Amino acid sequence: MYRMRLPPWLVLLMPAFVILLAVVAIPLVLSLYSSFTAFQLTRPETITKWIGTFNYQKAMGDANFWAAFGRTVLLLTVALNLEMLLGLGLALMVAKVTRGQRLLRTMMMFPMMFSPILVGFQFKFIFNDNVGLLNNALQSLGLTDVAIPWLVDGNLAFIAIVTAEVWTSTSVFAILILAGLFAIPQDPVEAARVDGCTPWQTFRYVTLPFLMPFIYIAMAIRSLDVARAYDIVQVMTAGGPARRTELLWTLIGRTGYVDARMGYANAMGYIAILLSIVFTVYFFRKLTTARTSLGMGD
Amino acid sequence: MADVVLRNVVKNYGAVPVVHAINLDIAHGEFVVLVGPSGCGKSTTLRMIAGLEAISGGTVQIGERVVNDLPPRDRNISMVFQNYALYPHMSVRENLGFSLHIAKRSRADIEKAVAEAAEILSLTPLLDRKPGQLSGGQRQRVAMGRAIVRHPDVFLFDEPLSNLDAKLRTQMRVEIKRLHQKVGTTIIYVTHDQIEAMTLADRIVIMRDGHIVQIGTPLDVFERPVNAFVATFIGSPPMNLLPATVTGGALRLSDGTPIPLPPGLSAREGQAVHFGVRADNIMPEGHAMPPTAHMTHVEMPVTLTEPLGTETLLFGTLSGTEVQAKMLNPRPVRTGEVLRFGIALDKCHLFDAETGASLRV
Ligand SMILES: Nc1ncnc2c1ncn2[C@@H]1O[C@H](COP(=O)(O)OP(=O)(O)O)[C@@H](O)[C@H]1O
Ligand SMILES: [Mg+2]
Repeated sequence: MYRMRLPPWLVLLMPAFVILLAVVAIPLVLSLYSSFTAFQLTRPETITKWIGTFNYQKAMGDANFWAAFGRTVLLLTVALNLEMLLGLGLALMVAKVTRGQRLLRTMMMFPMMFSPILVGFQFKFIFNDNVGLLNNALQSLGLTDVAIPWLVDGNLAFIAIVTAEVWTSTSVFAILILAGLFAIPQDPVEAARVDGCTPWQTFRYVTLPFLMPFIYIAMAIRSLDVARAYDIVQVMTAGGPARRTELLWTLIGRTGYVDARMGYANAMGYIAILLSIVFTVYFFRKLTTARTSLGMGD
Repeated sequence: MADVVLRNVVKNYGAVPVVHAINLDIAHGEFVVLVGPSGCGKSTTLRMIAGLEAISGGTVQIGERVVNDLPPRDRNISMVFQNYALYPHMSVRENLGFSLHIAKRSRADIEKAVAEAAEILSLTPLLDRKPGQLSGGQRQRVAMGRAIVRHPDVFLFDEPLSNLDAKLRTQMRVEIKRLHQKVGTTIIYVTHDQIEAMTLADRIVIMRDGHIVQIGTPLDVFERPVNAFVATFIGSPPMNLLPATVTGGALRLSDGTPIPLPPGLSAREGQAVHFGVRADNIMPEGHAMPPTAHMTHVEMPVTLTEPLGTETLLFGTLSGTEVQAKMLNPRPVRTGEVLRFGIALDKCHLFDAETGASLRV
């Protein structure tokens, strides 16, 4: 009887190949293919209706798409910078604490332990214009007597969303930067003090360069996170009212599942993924440069 | 340049004292070496002078000023660390110029000072490299360069050579001595290596367990150790110490071997002592030991020989204790051979067996 003789390495790798194929390759190919069709969820037969690059061209010319794209980039920029600054400050303070630091570090992680959906609901309640905590507080303190439409006005809603994002994820920066602070060799810091540096100069010229790789790692992680932001925004505003807080993935989600235009949604999804890739590549480049300059590279 | 004065300086870590009220006067331009076994508080002392460690008690004075409460940047000192402590993200040039940059000196000034320091330490071809691209010896020189560009009042060195291989260490030792002769700045240098201390210092400060045991010139501490600890710590090979008792105006080693009392020493009848003799002062007969009126002789079997080229170390056993002796113009010696050794008594020491204190008067 003839037996197939596969090389052992191939046999050993086969389970991995099969799983990868099933959960990654096939969905990827299928969704990529469907982005070139007029596929609608409600009419499955449309998946065979090839329309070439029509969906992509449509996205390119779609003002709503570009508005969501721009808003996502803006959210990414604002949230990441705020988180970086707050995380850095938090890490520097926690690093100074000697008693109860372990407890503080754990507490710092709390926001990350909540489901983003719940965080969304929480902030939706806080920012609610009628019964929300924030307006109540402002009014009780006599700072205002109007109900500020936090989640209705486009700019205010953006601020509310940024607040929720920052609240959940500042600890990503704080934890990574804290790890960086613990890893900094003390010698150069002391050398800087002897060389005449004030505490600020020591931080600026020695500590910060050592922290940069850690900051870039956090940036890379968080840029991926924010570029696919969906849950918090979906719960808080669902991209509304009237698309004022629409982000890429709330738009894509709605197009795919509410409007059932899955082919078009997939096309926008592929363009959106480019954004993630660009940011990831950018921050990894920065990371490599920072590491090389510290002599940690290669 | 400035003198440095330590008055009853104390350091406690929590309730644990690690430096006990030490006093030290270092003259302007002097090269002082703090030496002692690992953990005796040398670095802590140096770091208190630098301002990197808070002073728990007493005063540290640099020049005219008490600097206890001044941060390092206001003390006008520079320091060379054991692990070089270079800034890894800066080039050699930037490392050297950093302190001047912080001091807001003009670009031309900085360039000139950096070029000068680089020239002195032969770093000129390396100026554009990062510390990661340098060998240990080169990093060491950058660390020294960074210290000298500023023309500080005092240089502080904390075991700067301990990470280098033996050959480089000898070479850098000479460089440091030459540097001191050239710039003449006060240097306080910490090491656990007594050879470094002996070769570099104007004065040696020997520390143990947070106390200063003895201060003196290298010859002082070598020839007149105040106690058995200094005697065995300074000098290589370490001084031989033989337990003995003073009986009838002479010494009797523990196996009964009689040895006349060395001159210039005060010992009570019946006192338990350690008889100290360096290898240089116990040699086989006929081996060119400088003649002296105070010779005595012992017989000792040789258990091991260690030829060093110009001389040979002989290990023997005397009264149950291992003794190292020296043989100049060497000849082959068989193990187990019993030789007659001459001891130059006027170069010998007595230490109280209990306190270790020298009985020299
Ligand atoms: N931060 C610290 N906390 C507690 N003990 C310390 C600290 N630093 C040093 N010591 C102790 O102080 C003593 C002196 O240390 P050090 O000055 O570094 O010795 P060395 O003479 O080897 O340089 C040692 O016993 C060491 O364990
Ligand atoms: Mg030390």
